[in-house]
Amino acid sequence: MMDGQKNPVYRRRLLAHRIGITLSVLAMAFGIFFLLWILATLIIKGFGAISPAMFMESTPAPGSDGGGLINAIVGSLLMVGIATGVSTPIGILAGIYLAEYGEESRIAQLTRFVTDIMLSAPSIVIGLFIYSIYVAHIKHFSGWAGSFAIALIAIPVVVRTTDNMLNLVPGSLREAAFALGAPRWKVATMIRLRAVKAGVVTGVLLAVARIAGETAPLLFTALNNQFFSTNMNAPMANLPVVIYQFAMSPYDNWRSLAWGGALLITFSVLGLNILSRILSRQKTQS
Amino acid sequence: MNASSSSLQEAALTPALDSDAADRALASTMRRQRFQDFIFHKVTLGFALLVLLMLAGIIGSLIIGAMPAFREFGASFLTTVEWDPVNDRYGALIAIAGTLITSFIALLVAFPVSFGIALFLTEICPTWLKRPLGTAVELLAGVPSIIYGMWGLFVFAPFFADHVQPALKGTLGQVPVIGQLFSGPAMGIGMLTAGFILAIMIIPFIASVMRDVFDVVPAVLKESAYALGCTRWEVVRKVVLPYTRIGVVGGVMLGLGRALGETMAITFVIGNAHKLSWSLFSAGNSIASTLANEFAEADTPLHVSSLFALGLILFVITFIVLAAAKLMLLRMQKKEGSK
Amino acid sequence: MNSQLSAVPAVSNPRATLEVANLNFFYGAFQGLKNINLKIHEKKVTAFIGPSGCGKSTLLRTLNRMYDLYPGQRAEGEIRYNGRNILEPGLDVNMLRARVGMVFQKPTPFPMTVYENIAFGVRLYENLPRGEMDERVEWALNKAALWGEVKDKLHKSGLSLSGGQQQRLCIARGVAVKPEVLLLDEPTSALDPISTAKIEELISELKGDYTIAIVTHNMQQAARCSDYTAYMYLGELIEFGETDQIFMNPGRRETQDYITGRFG
Repeated sequence: MMDGQKNPVYRRRLLAHRIGITLSVLAMAFGIFFLLWILATLIIKGFGAISPAMFMESTPAPGSDGGGLINAIVGSLLMVGIATGVSTPIGILAGIYLAEYGEESRIAQLTRFVTDIMLSAPSIVIGLFIYSIYVAHIKHFSGWAGSFAIALIAIPVVVRTTDNMLNLVPGSLREAAFALGAPRWKVATMIRLRAVKAGVVTGVLLAVARIAGETAPLLFTALNNQFFSTNMNAPMANLPVVIYQFAMSPYDNWRSLAWGGALLITFSVLGLNILSRILSRQKTQS
Repeated sequence: MNASSSSLQEAALTPALDSDAADRALASTMRRQRFQDFIFHKVTLGFALLVLLMLAGIIGSLIIGAMPAFREFGASFLTTVEWDPVNDRYGALIAIAGTLITSFIALLVAFPVSFGIALFLTEICPTWLKRPLGTAVELLAGVPSIIYGMWGLFVFAPFFADHVQPALKGTLGQVPVIGQLFSGPAMGIGMLTAGFILAIMIIPFIASVMRDVFDVVPAVLKESAYALGCTRWEVVRKVVLPYTRIGVVGGVMLGLGRALGETMAITFVIGNAHKLSWSLFSAGNSIASTLANEFAEADTPLHVSSLFALGLILFVITFIVLAAAKLMLLRMQKKEGSK
Repeated sequence: MNSQLSAVPAVSNPRATLEVANLNFFYGAFQGLKNINLKIHEKKVTAFIGPSGCGKSTLLRTLNRMYDLYPGQRAEGEIRYNGRNILEPGLDVNMLRARVGMVFQKPTPFPMTVYENIAFGVRLYENLPRGEMDERVEWALNKAALWGEVKDKLHKSGLSLSGGQQQRLCIARGVAVKPEVLLLDEPTSALDPISTAKIEELISELKGDYTIAIVTHNMQQAARCSDYTAYMYLGELIEFGETDQIFMNPGRRETQDYITGRFG
């Protein structure tokens, strides 16, 4: 047994092991390599565009110099804000239904299934949907349409995280509330939901991070607006579509602004992700 | 003792009267609570139904929008290689092929890499590295897809055209049958590039699903294999993999579902060309990129309807793939006993 | 078994608050309780002992219909509370639980302040103005021998208390709604010896006002705290009687074997 090193079978196994482990490490390195490459590209190309002007001026007309992204930034904030405001209550209440009645209701199980599928559904199709039921009727693009489109993307995220979080509450806590004679709705909200408050907030943050970067659903709903406008009932400027239009254009200042916008979006989204991670860790520690 | 407990004793002494009133008060409270419970149930049910309604609405609107195209072209819409806005003749095959090919390439690259990453994070990684590296992988998942598109077009594509494509052409391009795949000018953009970028996009997603699946394997199972003297790699191959097989397939299909519907990462680099060619170096189109490029400017009703038809096809394919993936992952969770 | 009961020298012929008659309980196809018959006497402590899996917790949980939360669990037979059968389907379960309270094995403070934990239960039934609510909270915490330790912490989270304090908070919470019966399901098994002693002291004080049923796997605790003891095994009630008599002169051999530690 001591000279297992010389055993040909063992040597072969060891070799297979070493190859396997090396491949695994290489895969990890592959992933990290691309993450760093992308982030580095963003910083290098986008940093130059970051200037006070970016936050003060609106998007420039084709061919004109300078310009900024303020209309797109404000537009995005407005639409994401409204979408969050709409999707959060819907998502949380639906999530409560799933967690409370999930065992006994066919509808709940079906909804859970559908929600999980919608999580990964093509977002451009959502844009088509809102277009056909809203934009086509009012015959113009609109910030409201854009908000609703991204709200539809956020809802499944909030439903899923709320459902998951509520199911983490130990059964004994529920039973203690029922044992006092509390009605079901109080147990669901004042006890169960309250116990996982931080987790639900995390879910909302994640939904915001997700929709902040979505471009496709805005393409046929809010489209874009060259000027600064807070009129929700008209085409609305937003960062993702601006980036899309400017990136492939022939103008230098447009391309530079596109990279600046890309940097802005990415680090906002990553920041939200990290924030929600910190929040969820704090809760489990307490 | 104080007032409250003495009233308790009073109630014991005069049971009939006091407890009757107390009973009635209690009963009305209970009635109120029952009503509140009823409202609660209906309200939350309503919002859950809203979610189902969303899905129904999406499918419905797609079908309605696509009807004219299917009425005009019939089932051959799915197999026609033609997309001619000028003459108003449309066929979905180019877009469908583009979607399937890029997704397939993406899976081919993403599967082994995600697998390796998931494995690394669960079995090999030293504990102090686990959290930072795990977070890094999940951050990669958070990067918006338009960023992948931009990076792909301006940074990756030139690199691909200058270094990788000529290499592929020189090696695999010379092999008889599959050489066809790597022929043609090395433009940097095209199906292969699009597929590769898509791969990088879905890697973190598949990796995290696989990682969750690997974590489910009971420690005792792995420990008994180690106790027999298995190398780490063997434990992975002989214990972890068989145990999680269904979950791994489910994770891959989830990634496939994501890849099929991805728009912005591909639109920048797929080349937006309405032709189908054997070469992966050539430009092409996917359903999502066609929609992104053409919908806003489509003028004829037939054009619009054909685009809706494409959307319907994409949604149906994605739905089927995702539903199958979900069922597999559910089976995996049942095995774990959590369901 | 009935002969045991009639042989008990009734102190003042104690009233039976709860009467269990021919109770059978099922977890799906598995029968957890077999033909249980016993009486729980007013303002006395009745302890349930027996090895793991004997059905004592199951029995306790039928007394406040806690098993209702889980489809697949069902009870057959009768349990009469003040004359009324609580197993009948038309019964308002919340009303039952207003009168029959429960404290669990694991301390379960609600995710709220200490004050709110207690006020929550009270608010379910009574609309008290602030001053009276303050009094009730203080009274309940006093009953649970916790007031001194938390009176400065009323607005801190219930989760910030120690394990023993949390459990006494749960007892205070149960007492605050002024139930008639208190069901205690292994209330001290998750606690250290000092907290356990405090709670046992509490139980003997509480029985002056409440009927108490306690499940415990600790025989000495049953011997210390209870007036009546029921010994259960594999879903059956083997023997029931006054605690002193059960422990010093058990009627059944099985009881004696368990008490002397021959098994379990």
